[in-house]
Amino acid sequence: MDRTEAELIAAVLAGDSASFEPLVVKYSPRVFATARRYARRESEIEDIVQEVWLKAFHKLKSFRGEAPFEHWLMRMAVRTCYDFLRGHQRNRESSFSEISEPEDDWLDRFVADPGSAPENADAAKLLIDRVLEKLSPPARLVIQLLEIEDRSVKEIAKITGWSVPLVKVRAFRARGEMRKILARMTKEKYL
Amino acid sequence: MKLVELQKKLVAAARLSAPDDRVPYAFEKRIMAQIAARAVAERWVFWTQGLWRAAGACVVVAVVFGAVSLFAPATPDNTNDLSQDFENTLLASVDQSDVALP
Repeated sequence: MDRTEAELIAAVLAGDSASFEPLVVKYSPRVFATARRYARRESEIEDIVQEVWLKAFHKLKSFRGEAPFEHWLMRMAVRTCYDFLRGHQRNRESSFSEISEPEDDWLDRFVADPGSAPENADAAKLLIDRVLEKLSPPARLVIQLLEIEDRSVKEIAKITGWSVPLVKVRAFRARGEMRKILARMTKEKYL
Repeated sequence: MKLVELQKKLVAAARLSAPDDRVPYAFEKRIMAQIAARAVAERWVFWTQGLWRAAGACVVVAVVFGAVSLFAPATPDNTNDLSQDFENTLLASVDQSDVALP
């Protein structure tokens, strides 16, 4: 018979670490999806997910069971991704000269007629990845959670541990930072 | 160029592309092995730290007693010598039996 999450967690806390495995199996897809939003290389993604699970195991005592385990775990995953972003800021200062041909074409189409550039094009996805990589870690986290994942300011405050006013300030700054990067990108391309 | 519109378009593109949730083969086994390995390592760390602390405490006690015995003022007469009193008490019965012999 399958044991419930609460039973598995209680067993782990009682010293049966093998009971942690079903939790890893169940939630790893979600943790991997989250990590892939912040890191590109598969080795980095695996490192992030591994760190999330090790942290979850060692901090399981602090899980009080008031909220679902998934929420607690995803909060930990986002915070680990944020720590990863802070530690890997190498791509931020690079130029946009390495833009590929499809990305170039997509931008040309957008300049000619904004409506004609499709949002579901692979080139648009590559471009937004490039822009996100150049954002500062707090700006990237806020843009990801607020604009892309469509979460509320309150939710972001809960996930990140920041206060609601701080999330609002960082969101305002992040949008400005993103516009500056887009301006730099278009300037490099068209001037 | 309309930067706000470009920003909206790119954010919409990011929303449309859901990230891949594929998990590498036997990833959970790797995590469980890491947890087991860390538990063993932590046990060693616990004992090593404890023993080092105990060794440190022993050294401190030895140094304190050494300093006390080295710098304590010497007693001027032997009448109050505790070791002499102790020896006399311990060997009192032997001394008495020596006297009792013809």
